[in-house]
Amino acid sequence: MSARTSARTPSLRSERDLQKIAATVLRLAKTHGIREAEVQIDESIEALTRFANNAIHQHVAEHGLVVSIRTVVDARTARVTTNRIDEDALRDAVQSAASLSAQQPKDSHLLPMLGKQKYRSVRRFHPGTAALSAEDRARAVRSACQLAEKQGQIAAGIFSSGQNHCLLANSRGLSAAHRQTHATFSATMQQGSAASWAKGNAGDYRRFNPMELAKTASEKAARAQNPVELEPGRYTVILEPAAVLDLVGFLFYDFAATAVADKRSCFAGRVGKPLVGENIGISDDVYHPDQLGMPFDGEGVPKQRVQLVEHGMVKNLVYSRQSAKQAKTRPTGHGFALPNEYGEAPMNLVVGGGNVPIEQMIASTPRGLLVTRLWYIREVDPYEKVMTGMTRDGLFLVEQGKVTRAAKNFRFNQSILEMLRNVECLGPASRAAGEESFEMVVPPMKVAAFHFSEVTKF
Amino acid sequence: MWDFCSRALETARVRGATYADVRVMHQRQRILTTKNRRVGTLGQSESLGLGIRVVANGAWGFASTDNLTLDGVAACAAQAVAIAKASALAKKESVQLAPEGTQIDSWQGPCLKDPFEIPVETQLGLLLVVDEEMSKVKGVTLTETDMQFRKVDSWFASSAGSRIHQRKFVSGCGIVAMSFQGDAMQKRSYPNSFGGQHILGGYELIEAMELLKHAPRVAEEAVALHSAAQCPETTGTLILGGSQLGLQIHESVGHPIELDRVLGQEANFAGTSFLTLDKLHNLQYASPIVNVVADARTEHGPGLGTFAYDDEGVPAQCIDVIKNGEFHGYLSSRETAHLVGLSRSGGTVRAEGWNRLPMIRMTNVSLLPGQWTLTNLIADTDDAILMDTNRSWSIDDRRYQFQFSTEIAWEIRGGKKSRMLKNPSYSGITTDFWNSCDAICNADEWVLWGTPNCGKGQPMQVMGTGHGASPARFRNVQIGKAFAKQ
Repeated sequence: MSARTSARTPSLRSERDLQKIAATVLRLAKTHGIREAEVQIDESIEALTRFANNAIHQHVAEHGLVVSIRTVVDARTARVTTNRIDEDALRDAVQSAASLSAQQPKDSHLLPMLGKQKYRSVRRFHPGTAALSAEDRARAVRSACQLAEKQGQIAAGIFSSGQNHCLLANSRGLSAAHRQTHATFSATMQQGSAASWAKGNAGDYRRFNPMELAKTASEKAARAQNPVELEPGRYTVILEPAAVLDLVGFLFYDFAATAVADKRSCFAGRVGKPLVGENIGISDDVYHPDQLGMPFDGEGVPKQRVQLVEHGMVKNLVYSRQSAKQAKTRPTGHGFALPNEYGEAPMNLVVGGGNVPIEQMIASTPRGLLVTRLWYIREVDPYEKVMTGMTRDGLFLVEQGKVTRAAKNFRFNQSILEMLRNVECLGPASRAAGEESFEMVVPPMKVAAFHFSEVTKF
Repeated sequence: MWDFCSRALETARVRGATYADVRVMHQRQRILTTKNRRVGTLGQSESLGLGIRVVANGAWGFASTDNLTLDGVAACAAQAVAIAKASALAKKESVQLAPEGTQIDSWQGPCLKDPFEIPVETQLGLLLVVDEEMSKVKGVTLTETDMQFRKVDSWFASSAGSRIHQRKFVSGCGIVAMSFQGDAMQKRSYPNSFGGQHILGGYELIEAMELLKHAPRVAEEAVALHSAAQCPETTGTLILGGSQLGLQIHESVGHPIELDRVLGQEANFAGTSFLTLDKLHNLQYASPIVNVVADARTEHGPGLGTFAYDDEGVPAQCIDVIKNGEFHGYLSSRETAHLVGLSRSGGTVRAEGWNRLPMIRMTNVSLLPGQWTLTNLIADTDDAILMDTNRSWSIDDRRYQFQFSTEIAWEIRGGKKSRMLKNPSYSGITTDFWNSCDAICNADEWVLWGTPNCGKGQPMQVMGTGHGASPARFRNVQIGKAFAKQ
């Protein structure tokens, strides 16, 4: 695929341009007697080519810049956000933030803004991805649709690409900036009443191959014909990475120190105790080569790699500046932009993998189910972390070490904690993309006694 | 704003578009929250920009920009045309739009008290008092409150000559008490969970909700749930409270009737629908007492799906979805109407903002009231479980099999509401469930609930939808599977 630009692709402003906007905001704040002010500027250029019924049916592009201003007035803080960047609009926004700040009680927990910090360099801007044009995406989509037609299938999906630029600065001299690109290809191939799916996401579009993803979905859709209806119950499951991602991703906020303190985390009262299998390790690591994201948090604290779960035990949580102070520890660089009631969260989860490929998991399974992806996952019991949801786009019966046929989709009601106690083996971890959680680095898993409670009609 | 619209439309025409429509939108928002007697979020935002949708070479293109200058919108329109021409590289058929008249109009939605004119100090003061009141109840471990307000101005113009300005206010509020004891978390919310109640209107909603009056009950019920009996696993009679029934309508009627889903356009993400085209006028969707409409007109009420014109410039309409139990109609757009034999769009197309493509969305998909008072309905029921206030919801990607759990339930025994039950849930197959409905409460119990967080599309768009419902009774329902001992 060539990155051509015959449908003109706009480009991001320079970092200097963003710094000028930030300097204007901080100057206006100072002029209005505001001693502490913070400004975050986010510029994004996004494009998405969407296809269904073997043709492009939606094709969009957007370009926007947002300036978000936080002021502190006498130990009280508030935020005003605008996408108008002329000086009058920025002045209005500064005054509104100061006015909002003043209309509330003092907050004795509010910390002074952070001063200048040092950040580890991450390079996540890929010019080829930024330059992907509407035609580039359309040609890749056309190839996927042609494959579907050749196989007597119907293709639907997306090919998106984009670039973002963020700058955070405050009146105490902090300045942090980050640029990155990203691209996603996702294909659903439908054959009769059956379907299957594959998805890739990366900072550099060359890290995945749209046609290979389309072929994977196509081959699985062909195998998904005439599904057998099985009895609900407990099954050994082989979860492909997208299925692992979409379940384990629901743990992310439970690792927040604020959530634990608020007693709404499933780790409340359980930190430091054996909780899941010894073969489970989970970290948050924005610096992992398969991750995307900024090396600083909403207040500008440099992000740290945090080992959250080690040998089945929750070892650490993530902290904002405020929750760290309350816990008498150091912030980990996971705080959300202030003011907020949620505190912090790890957004770059890495689940440690193993060395058992999916093929070997299947070969070692007398009877079980191979799960492509999960859908519409919601929390049923927040403390046992029981989640409900459906299998979707490719559920296959495994018998005597072989995939024998497709099965009708199940509803599950399954505790994630229990599931992580029942992991029999892990495959190599890689960046995975689903639809229920943000992208993470996860392995495929073979899990015993996964609980399916009801079956649907297809 | 009309100058920007005109420049964009003219540029699109010159570049080769055979049809174009443009939306300028100015959105203002205020969000206030508290947690454990302290301010949580306090913020305001505004967003102003333009999006243009064009047909060129028979295919769609859309581009958006916040650069509101004549040159900026012209460049955006040119980009939209270039994108449409790229789309034509993978085109099956040319876009065909149902005819629609030219509309020149200006409309403002209902709003008695502009929420942006009410001081933040007053709004925050109320939330802090309510939060404090819930915190006083022993056993409560977390309290949260919120208010949200939006003011949206939109200017729509099309190459067919329409010029429509609409102004809407949207207001919402809610409170939550949580209690953590031993190994369980229980929660109660008012007036609804996941953000509370939301309407097309102003601060009058906040005053009508009487948050302070309900705060002690909400907190006491959250604690009391710990000592309540577990909802049993059984097959039996279920009575659903109005807000839960509103979500049931949303998931098992509202989404399946979206024609873009039916036609496979959402197959990769939101899913498809069991309501294939052969089922139109040919499916007993529900029992004969069930009547569901999709009504965007102001006379239906101040719902999140109420407007004067949709984002294709089509006037608001009322569509019969289920009539005397039979499936009667889909939610359609100008592009999809002809596929189901309609001469005109049903007027259900909306965009989340200026930077999003308009698409088919639920309007106010409502169950029309029946004959019963809630008191009489309970008195008429020997053995049932009454469930209220959603706690979790999930349904398959064709909208057949669902499972809901609610925050609280009560046993109904011998025509009386008796003991409280914890961890209630129910599940089923959409058409089986709706065909088991044998009683619907009357208009006195009917509330137009707002669902502010309906996600659909790629890139994702979050839209508000309305769902009118009164409590109703269902027979032979699977109850308690979610928490059943495995």
